[in-house]
Amino acid sequence: MAAIFNEMHDKAEQVRSPYLRIDEWLGTLKKKDVERATREAEARFRRQGITFAVYGNNEASERLIPFDIVPRVFAASEWRRLTAGIEQRVRALNAFIHDIYHRQEILRAGRVPQDIIINNAAFVPEMVGVDPARGIYAHVIGIDIVRISENEFYVLEDNCRTPSGVSYMLEDRETMMHLFPELFLRQRVAPVENYPAMLRSTLESVAPPACKGEPTIVVLTPGIHNSAFFEHAFLADEMGAELCEGSDLFVQDGFLYMRTTQAPQRVDVVYRRIDDAFLDPLTFKPDSGIGVPGIFDVYRAGRVTIVNAPGSGIADDKGVYTYIPEVIEFYTGEKPLLKNVKTWRCSETKSLQYVLEHLSELVVKEVHGSGGYGMLVGPTSSKREIEAFRAKLKARPDNYIAQPTLALSAVPTFTASGIAPRHVDLRPFVLSGDRVRITPGGLTRVALKKGSLVVNSSQGGGTKDTWVLED
Amino acid sequence: MLGRTASSLFWMSRYMERAENLARLLEVGHRISLMPGRIEGHRDEWRSTLLSSACEQPYLQKHSEVTAEKVIDFIVFDEDNPTSIRSVVRTARNNARAVRTALTRDVWESINSTWNELVTIKPQDMTKDRIPVFLDWVKQHSMSFRGAVLGTMLRNENYYFSQLGNFIERADNTARILDVKYFILLPKPTDVGSDLDAHQWAQILRSVSAHRAYRWFYRDSAYKPWLVAEFLILREEMPRSLLFSYQWIFTALSGLAALHGKTYACHTQAGEILSMLRNGRMEDIFQSGLHEYLQQFINANNALSMQIGRTYNFP
Repeated sequence: MAAIFNEMHDKAEQVRSPYLRIDEWLGTLKKKDVERATREAEARFRRQGITFAVYGNNEASERLIPFDIVPRVFAASEWRRLTAGIEQRVRALNAFIHDIYHRQEILRAGRVPQDIIINNAAFVPEMVGVDPARGIYAHVIGIDIVRISENEFYVLEDNCRTPSGVSYMLEDRETMMHLFPELFLRQRVAPVENYPAMLRSTLESVAPPACKGEPTIVVLTPGIHNSAFFEHAFLADEMGAELCEGSDLFVQDGFLYMRTTQAPQRVDVVYRRIDDAFLDPLTFKPDSGIGVPGIFDVYRAGRVTIVNAPGSGIADDKGVYTYIPEVIEFYTGEKPLLKNVKTWRCSETKSLQYVLEHLSELVVKEVHGSGGYGMLVGPTSSKREIEAFRAKLKARPDNYIAQPTLALSAVPTFTASGIAPRHVDLRPFVLSGDRVRITPGGLTRVALKKGSLVVNSSQGGGTKDTWVLED
Repeated sequence: MLGRTASSLFWMSRYMERAENLARLLEVGHRISLMPGRIEGHRDEWRSTLLSSACEQPYLQKHSEVTAEKVIDFIVFDEDNPTSIRSVVRTARNNARAVRTALTRDVWESINSTWNELVTIKPQDMTKDRIPVFLDWVKQHSMSFRGAVLGTMLRNENYYFSQLGNFIERADNTARILDVKYFILLPKPTDVGSDLDAHQWAQILRSVSAHRAYRWFYRDSAYKPWLVAEFLILREEMPRSLLFSYQWIFTALSGLAALHGKTYACHTQAGEILSMLRNGRMEDIFQSGLHEYLQQFINANNALSMQIGRTYNFP
């Protein structure tokens, strides 16, 4: 593994310019101030109910995602470079999904193998020939990005289905402004609070052709037991949209309606936070109790917009991921600005052999896994863990991909033994509608355990406020 | 507004009101069990507590004998009991979570902190001496919730549905306490006028936090059955009486009618119950039977609750 890039201190132990003020501030902070602030932040999150349910535990164990008070900072110029790459990537992803469900030019051109698309669980045949408003499929994308040096950013994953975490981006900022208002007086930090308004504009811009006048927007949630329920309620509230469960919506005479205390009301745009499979029991999983029977037919008829479009997952599948640089070149004619991580597909004999020989250096993930479950991080695993994983990998090689262990950048973080660097990633939230909108900031996740590279909240990761400085 | 949102607001308030009423009932039960010399009939007290809180059937399925410890545990903590304090606060909070967008921050934080604190209280820590403090805590939190509703919610649909839940529950509760304690516990004519009798009446009033109010209002040292009944049924000055509850219910329904520009069958039903209470006379009520009167009221109140649900598309 290469040397770790510390975002606050460069190699000469000089403070990098975006962190100058943070460095000064940290010098003035006393341990007890930090402890008090951390306690206040936690009390704030708990009081507001910003908790997530850990699956398999009962409701008494709603957890908080730990919040670290040291912000992660980007200079305006760094952010501009990053967003250029992000915008290029999301435009290509949407063009790709459109193509896959229409003429499949990229398959005909042989740039992506047909087999990997057609036989993919994330490919939704029912979407073939459907024309969503403005040709946009993945309206909300959360791209997971890691940094390994001053100028090297890698995309780990494109979350094109129902990415979550944006409420943490917003609440982390609120909390920082509440706890340390003076920090925001010392320098200009680009605000993130416009995200809900931007989301609303994006949703309005993709209202279906059948909608005349101001569109009625709803957020569709699986309900209060979902781990991201707080975020669903939060976004609905901030957007001024109704928060619906499947049973609140129904189809009649070819349109979608919600049950209100008065006459049924037409719904034009559904920002759904439930998976494709559960969306419509008449089209997908017949035993889904959280979907809306018949919604897919209304969608096909262009009378409602579903955000993100069903079938968008084809663009963030881990098997398809390895082809994204090709995808970007194919649709934009440009070289990708953001790099992909080198990936071995274990389904290929040669790759599998390489992976088996280098397990202690690699990260191995399930093709369809998420949340940091079921993965091996070679360098931080014991011999026994590696051998146990080897057996699983041999039994089902096509279920895995492998990547080199990246030296994720580190940012100062409060730990039991004072300030110490901890590894981070970044999930900016990208909106596509009439145009591409990117909030200056995102969700920074931090691995709180020393040396750990797994930032997922389900695996003990925390979050940080993410700053983009203005020029 | 979504029908489900209206329903959640209604049930959120209903369950918070119920938590408070359960705490009052237990307070009375606990008080009796501490009485020196043990007033005769105290064992029935726990049975009547179970009856008034509509918990007797589920309790008897789980326990064969009625003891103070078991009843308290069952009504406070038992998760198998859907109307234990713990269960109703949880249900209230789940309803509140589902309609976060319809609540003010103060209302949400009040109900959320109640639940967050409640889950840290362990049944094994609830020794006898800590019960009164705990029950006070429950009442205070229910009142802080109600204060947040009254003080911060816009007078719109959200508020009206929440008020409906609150007062339908309160009316039901007051009617049931009066019915159970009066009809079931005082059937023997020999008891009338005895110490036990006076004691039972004091309890009924305590269950609705009205024993002092009664004295101020009637300036009477003795508890007279018809006055106690009148106080809890027909007096609009008494905030837990049936008439008081129905005035609020009627106001909330009128508010909805003004917003929607429509009245429905539930408006007629509520109007009929209200005028029955306004025009009621204690002589008539006792003549035709207090128990029958209360049963009829409880049924009409339930029917109204169901009708409201149907009218406004509760799921």
